Amino acid sequence: MTTDAALIRIKTRTRKAWTPSQIVLTLLGVAVSAVFLAPLAWALFTSLKSETEAVEVPPHWLPKEWTGQAWKALFQTGNITDWFVNSLVVSVCVTAIVLTVSALAGYGFARTEFRGKNVLMGVVMAGLMVSPAVLGVPLFTTVQQMGMVDTYWGMILPQCAPAAMVYILYKFFQGIPKELEEAAFIDGAGRWRVFFTIVVPLARPSLAAVGIFTFIASWNNFLWPYMVTNNPDLMTMPNGIATVMNSYGIQWAQLMAGGLMAGLPLIVVFVFFQRQIVSGVAHTGLAGQ
Amino acid sequence: MTTSAETVIAPPRAQAAAAGAATVGRKQGFQHGGWFVAPFLALFALFVIWPLLRGIYLSFTDANISGDSAGFIGFDNYREALHDPLMWDSLGHSAFFTLLVVPCITVLAFLLAMLAHHIERGTWLWRLCFFLPFLLPSTVAGNLWQWLFNPGTGMVNHVFGIDTPWLTDKSYAMLAVVITTLWWTVGFSFLLYLAALQGIPGHLYEAAKLDGANAWHRMVHITLPMLRNITGLVIALQILASLQVFDQAVVMQDFGPGPEESTRTFVQFTLEQGFTSYRVGYASAISIIFFVIIAAVALARMWLLRNREEGAR
Repeated sequence: MTTDAALIRIKTRTRKAWTPSQIVLTLLGVAVSAVFLAPLAWALFTSLKSETEAVEVPPHWLPKEWTGQAWKALFQTGNITDWFVNSLVVSVCVTAIVLTVSALAGYGFARTEFRGKNVLMGVVMAGLMVSPAVLGVPLFTTVQQMGMVDTYWGMILPQCAPAAMVYILYKFFQGIPKELEEAAFIDGAGRWRVFFTIVVPLARPSLAAVGIFTFIASWNNFLWPYMVTNNPDLMTMPNGIATVMNSYGIQWAQLMAGGLMAGLPLIVVFVFFQRQIVSGVAHTGLAGQ
Repeated sequence: MTTSAETVIAPPRAQAAAAGAATVGRKQGFQHGGWFVAPFLALFALFVIWPLLRGIYLSFTDANISGDSAGFIGFDNYREALHDPLMWDSLGHSAFFTLLVVPCITVLAFLLAMLAHHIERGTWLWRLCFFLPFLLPSTVAGNLWQWLFNPGTGMVNHVFGIDTPWLTDKSYAMLAVVITTLWWTVGFSFLLYLAALQGIPGHLYEAAKLDGANAWHRMVHITLPMLRNITGLVIALQILASLQVFDQAVVMQDFGPGPEESTRTFVQFTLEQGFTSYRVGYASAISIIFFVIIAAVALARMWLLRNREEGAR
């Protein structure tokens, strides 16, 4: 391992070789993964039991009698399809609006001049500390005054001013070489044209990260929709499952099926976009430094 | 409300228009900034700044949920809050939760990342396994663990052969929420650590090996110092998130305050005052106190970071 040649040889060889330390580490990885996945497996198996079998004492992992009854009941009796559509509408709208406004604002703060810019930037950074958890009640009364309680807009708009996303994109836009833009200005391109044809394409990885994280956060958001909706027809997945399904007396098999339904879309998204999500975490995380 | 949004937006917009008309040449391209930030600032003013100002105003009134009878009562709400044992209890529960969760998550995330980083096969598989719980909604994670912790029918007691009343005894209820949270959220910090580990230049380790450093020395003298920034970030993000804990705690206790009110968190207390007792003025005062606490934590972090940078110079 002392020369480059040796390093390269070792690297290519270790892809195939099972050294003792690799065997130990891999076994450890399998054990830890089993612990992480066990609760999910438990949820899946519970959802495939009958309601009476689900509450048997002592509990057992595999259903004695496999049945899709809980899943069938979920679609027949619950509002689950409504909640799914609501979640989709809210998350897609939030993601689209957040991407648009935070890309514009991040760029505006990073690359344009206007009076009061630094003060406004400071105010936006202070906004990092305000969330529905911190100021939920005053936010609710504000939304109530606007007449947006129990509406899609009431659920969507208050999630659309995330200072963190602006900050992440601001940091990214600051890193783009100014020369790229200046060349275009000299060729007579306007500010907007430069933004859409040069800056946005360059920012695609950052925008993907912001978009994916906004979507995850919005799909899984419980607190704000919980505050702003009472109508079960308008609830999102996490909400409907937690509040409505619980209130009828808990049917565990059905509840677990519903929970898996609520988690499934993001798990599919993760499997397909794993690389972007991982680099997104790295990027957004490190941008906070 | 509309007026407040406009007053915030108006200066940059007017300024940008005036400046755009007046300037020529190279600088021109860098004007018009107001239009870029205006849409965000409009939403920000309506849903962040205005509620904050409104909360400050309401905190000095006795407003109820419909906003009527908002009589000005000065500092009475704050005085009452500071003498309210329920407020101190709920603040204590959130602080206790934070004190338990933050060190555990930081250490656990680091160990998981080291493990995933050093196994040469199936990186994507470990990433998927450790990150998967984070993709579930908090309420689903809460329901799932409520079911796992269920005495009798739950798997936790069965697997470990114990008989712990996790959800119904005040000494275990918050611990159950902590365990749920660890399982549910460690994946995010794990990915941060993993990315940071991958970012450490390999030649540092090679040089150390040449100098005869063993694995322990490399870890203490290279890995840990190189991860200091990410550790600071993980801790800061976790503190802010943990202080705001709400979802899992209420879901696991069927939206109640837990056995002997032992899992009522600060957010839950605020919402109860606002939406159950309809005391919007009082709830606003508590919200402002909470905002000050969060701001103090955030400012303390900034201050620490700056001191460290200056110390390094």
